[in-house]
Amino acid sequence: MSASVEAAVGKRAPTVAAGHPGRPRARLAATASRWLFIAPAVAYVAVFFGYPVVKNIVMSFQDYTTRTFFTGEAPWVGFANYAATFRSSLFTTTVVNTALFTIGSIVAQFLIGLGLALFFRRHFPLSGFLRGLLLLPWLLPLIASSAVWKWILDQDSGALNQLLGLFGTPPVPWLVSPDLALIAVIGVNIWLGIPFNTTILYSGLQSVPQELYEAAALDGAVGARAFRYITWPSIRSVVSVVIVLGVVYTLKVVDIILGLTGGGPANSTQTLATNAYHQSFVNFQFGQGAAVSNVLIVVSFVFAVVYISISRKAVDE
Amino acid sequence: MTTSIQAAPAHVALPRRHRSRTGALAMTVLGVLFLAVMIFPVYWMVNSSLQANAGAATTTWFPFQPTFEGYVVAFQQQIQNFLSSMVISLGTVVVTLLFATPAAYGLARFRMRGTRAFLLVLLITQMIPTIVIANALYTLFNDVNLLNTYWGLILADSAAQIPFSILLMRAFMESIPPSLVEAALVDGANNFRAFISIVIPISRNAIVTAALFTFLGAWGDFLIALTLTSTTAVRPITLGIYNYIGSNVTDWAPVMATAVLASLPAAVLLVVAQKYIAAGALGGAVK
Repeated sequence: MSASVEAAVGKRAPTVAAGHPGRPRARLAATASRWLFIAPAVAYVAVFFGYPVVKNIVMSFQDYTTRTFFTGEAPWVGFANYAATFRSSLFTTTVVNTALFTIGSIVAQFLIGLGLALFFRRHFPLSGFLRGLLLLPWLLPLIASSAVWKWILDQDSGALNQLLGLFGTPPVPWLVSPDLALIAVIGVNIWLGIPFNTTILYSGLQSVPQELYEAAALDGAVGARAFRYITWPSIRSVVSVVIVLGVVYTLKVVDIILGLTGGGPANSTQTLATNAYHQSFVNFQFGQGAAVSNVLIVVSFVFAVVYISISRKAVDE
Repeated sequence: MTTSIQAAPAHVALPRRHRSRTGALAMTVLGVLFLAVMIFPVYWMVNSSLQANAGAATTTWFPFQPTFEGYVVAFQQQIQNFLSSMVISLGTVVVTLLFATPAAYGLARFRMRGTRAFLLVLLITQMIPTIVIANALYTLFNDVNLLNTYWGLILADSAAQIPFSILLMRAFMESIPPSLVEAALVDGANNFRAFISIVIPISRNAIVTAALFTFLGAWGDFLIALTLTSTTAVRPITLGIYNYIGSNVTDWAPVMATAVLASLPAAVLLVVAQKYIAAGALGGAVK
């Protein structure tokens, strides 16, 4: 019996997918067996993404602190956590820092990445090898990269100041000056993002048909004109992917900032993401941490939705 | 007139042959220069790890008198953390593949109500900051005693990797001709047997790529370990590095030696499995 059901299920599977009515039990079994492939992953995502997102929203309306772990009580406080977040002077600082960090990183990563991708498109001896090697910084653990950059940027004996010293520049306090720390952190983040940008944009350039350039050359479009009229329109969808992913990933960067400066000096490198970490895991104000986290989520989503709809419209037109 | 038009495409199509050898050489030199700047931090990491008491202003641009003192200290202090990272990363690969491979196939092959919605959810998970997950998981793990355990970190790391792995493998599995699987189904195999005996062997490359990225992701994880451990019971090497650089560093050699140890898996994988790495980088973007 079960064998025949199995056989029926198996044979029917492709046709049922197209919507043919089969024997109800066999159809049910077929649907069930297919859901078995996906159900474990659905459950996993529900527990490890669905639950945290919902729990985070709930926590943001509670006075959730270390005491909660002992007493089990998390009094409902309404919008107090959000009010405290928006009212604190630190919030403005973190929003500005997040914006500067994200925009600075993305613009530079993208421009340098595009430049390198265009450079590597002109095949030359060793180009493939060098392109492969370029991936290395992207694969290293972020905290290992942070460690070496912290050493390179060290004020007294770091490599960068040693190099600048050769030209007579006095030691620059890269990570200890509140005016410079954010610039230094952005610089490191740009370095981290270049490999990813180059790789994706290079693959985008590879897919532009060579015939287009040949045809354009007939009309006299070469060099910058070819880039403007052929290359750019052809890679625009890849560009939007790179930028959307870049922004979304940059907004949630924590590792590099914690490793390099810990958000300091004087909160000059504190972003929404690091501030959420600090509220929850340094100050143990989980409710406030949740409130800041939710602001971060909203910013990510708004950006992603707005950008995707803009680029959709651009494609449709 | 006609000849010039005919000549033009030939010129554009084969620019390499027309370019002089010195031009190509200049490109190579320029390329090496770009790479030197990009790779310099990695070089500096290795260089400082081989110098005694790097941190006094004595670090030279090349380890003229290499010493392994830094590595001796790093081994003494970090070998346990290195092994913990290994356990966590390998565990994460197993858990991730167990959940993600069937799901990738299911999403690639079956059109059911809800699969499109689930795909969208998977994309959205990529946008959710890890700190949000950590914030809520801390309270959950506290209730079920998973804080400071290998299982806790493996489960949380897998959560971060499963959506990406599903998307990566699904993109490949969609290209498997349905006729291959249908042939097995006609022979009496059920969906599950067909998955094991046909889909998995064909998808080997995609599965290896997903496994590699899962391993690197779990290996490099810092934030999950930082938030979901509060004691030194289970401590991956990334936290070992963070503890070094969180305080005032006086001797950089052991720190850099530890960073080199922590970077070894990535460097090895880049050498052994470059084609998978490049494929994964692209897979991540086609989302």
